Amino acid sequence: MSDSPEVPGGLVNREGPSTLSGRILERLNKTPIHIGLGIVAVIWLAPTIGLLVTSFRPRSDIQATGWWETINTLRFTTENYSSVLNAQGMLQAFVNNIIISVPSTILPLVIGSLAAYAFSWIKFPLRDTLFLTVIALMMIPAQVAFIPILQLFAQVGFTRNFMGIWLTHTAFALPFGIFLLRNFFITLPKDLIEAARIDGASRFGIFRTIVVPLSVPAIAAYGIFQFLWVWNDLLMALVFVQEPRNWPLTRQISTLLSQYGTEWNLLAAGAFLLMIVPLVVFFSLQRYFVQGLLAGSVK
Amino acid sequence: MTSSAMSGPVPHMPGAAAPPPAKSSTEGRSWLSALLFLLPTGLLLGVFLVYPTIYTILLSFDRGRRGEFNKFLGLDNYVTLFTKDPNFIDFSQFPPSGALFNNILWLVFYTSIVIIFGLVIAVMASRVRYESIIKSVVFLPMAIAATALAVIWRFVYAPDAKTGLLNAVLDVVHVGPISWLGNPGFVNASLIAVGIWGSVGFATVILSAAIKSISAEIMEAARVDGANEIQIFRRIILPMVSLPISVLAVTLTVNVVKLFDLVYVMTLGGPGTSSRVIAFTMYQEAFPGGLFGKGAAVAVVMLIIMIPVMLFNIRRFRTESVT
Repeated sequence: MSDSPEVPGGLVNREGPSTLSGRILERLNKTPIHIGLGIVAVIWLAPTIGLLVTSFRPRSDIQATGWWETINTLRFTTENYSSVLNAQGMLQAFVNNIIISVPSTILPLVIGSLAAYAFSWIKFPLRDTLFLTVIALMMIPAQVAFIPILQLFAQVGFTRNFMGIWLTHTAFALPFGIFLLRNFFITLPKDLIEAARIDGASRFGIFRTIVVPLSVPAIAAYGIFQFLWVWNDLLMALVFVQEPRNWPLTRQISTLLSQYGTEWNLLAAGAFLLMIVPLVVFFSLQRYFVQGLLAGSVK
Repeated sequence: MTSSAMSGPVPHMPGAAAPPPAKSSTEGRSWLSALLFLLPTGLLLGVFLVYPTIYTILLSFDRGRRGEFNKFLGLDNYVTLFTKDPNFIDFSQFPPSGALFNNILWLVFYTSIVIIFGLVIAVMASRVRYESIIKSVVFLPMAIAATALAVIWRFVYAPDAKTGLLNAVLDVVHVGPISWLGNPGFVNASLIAVGIWGSVGFATVILSAAIKSISAEIMEAARVDGANEIQIFRRIILPMVSLPISVLAVTLTVNVVKLFDLVYVMTLGGPGTSSRVIAFTMYQEAFPGGLFGKGAAVAVVMLIIMIPVMLFNIRRFRTESVT
């Protein structure tokens, strides 16, 4: 969870050459770099901006011309949004996204940090073996579990409500969450925890009053990572959410795509609706978000 | 990725620390409290990961009608997959085709191009003042659902030069229009390009952190000794990023094995079956298809591919614990 280490200087020569000719020479040297990075910026921004612009264009314009022609027409509408929200059930899908994502984030956070505490600060037999098992489980593809879990859920009706998707997301998040949090917990000062033990604090008391408060950055990074993971998921929703009224946005959009391959206006607005929450998180909590994703890369 | 930085000192390695004073009286209770802390995790992992994995492995040797055990088939499901199902893998022509081969295409092109672009952008960005902006711009797609990426790129790939961005650009030089997603010859390259676009930011941020950890003195000393930029890149930067690159390569490989959402939303494995990947095949055979035994066999193939990654992670954890 360490930040990208801010080594002074790094590759950037911050002072730069002192003479005028030196500065001009450096500018010229860097011209190819500026051009290259300009091309990179265009390639990485244009498609997303295109979608945003498209989502506000009238349906007839979308069918006739590309979004870049908006500069000539300058016609905008919010009709696409009102029609996906009202007619296409996207408002309900948006609510479903929240209903699915919040418990699927909180449950693995709570259960995972309890386990991570045991793995870092309690001695018990087979601890290392069990922890290696958790690391191994991290790599099990969800597909391996689909058929038997569906068999189980069919008996208790968990695919007709949200129980199924909550439990599956939680279980599949745990190995990585435990791994990440345990790696953070073991860096906490040993003296602090031993002192609390000697003062007679219970294990749960230490967990609640010392370990969790000191680990907020790690827990937040993992929480954001997990929340966006669930928010953006399609596969689990396809398998474990079977009632159309419970579908999240991803599934609603993929249905829209196969039903009306040409209703581009609805698709653009729907996709942007799906992107809004992650974009807000990205811009407001970028630091935690990047950390969570980087740490999550082992998942 | 930053796990190595996170693990830091390991206070609880066996033998590293002196045992707590009242050892004999706490030892029994600590076993019990560990059990309580681990109980919810143990239940969830047992029911949703361990038991299903064993069940699926056994089911892959069965016909598995309705997902239950009803007719033992031995290795038939696997034999069918590898020799009789051209949608899974077809060696009869060159180049081969099928879902598994598409995963190999993804593995080769997606992984290598993401790393190369990530490295180039990280090195270029480190030379300019607007470095953090460039990194944010490239990283942005990481926040977006694959479903949304798919919609974004359906617009870019629209087969009409009037509405599709890519065909409109090509139209300027009088090429096309090309049906990027409708032509079996182009569809995999088009999908891989979207995957690359989505993942380069991730590689950029990781490699940029690695490059920043190279001290300014080393770079300065090399420049003073007359090294040119290419030599600096090859002799200093490249060796310093080789470990992050290997970790990246493993991560991207895992992405390729699990790849599903993008293919499902952009092409549904089509046109025909030409852009299927194994994770898609597993879903398609088992759920719309109802062939649970075969679906289970595909899932086991995915599991087997993941085993080396599992071992890599365990070994990395072990060496980190020792140091």
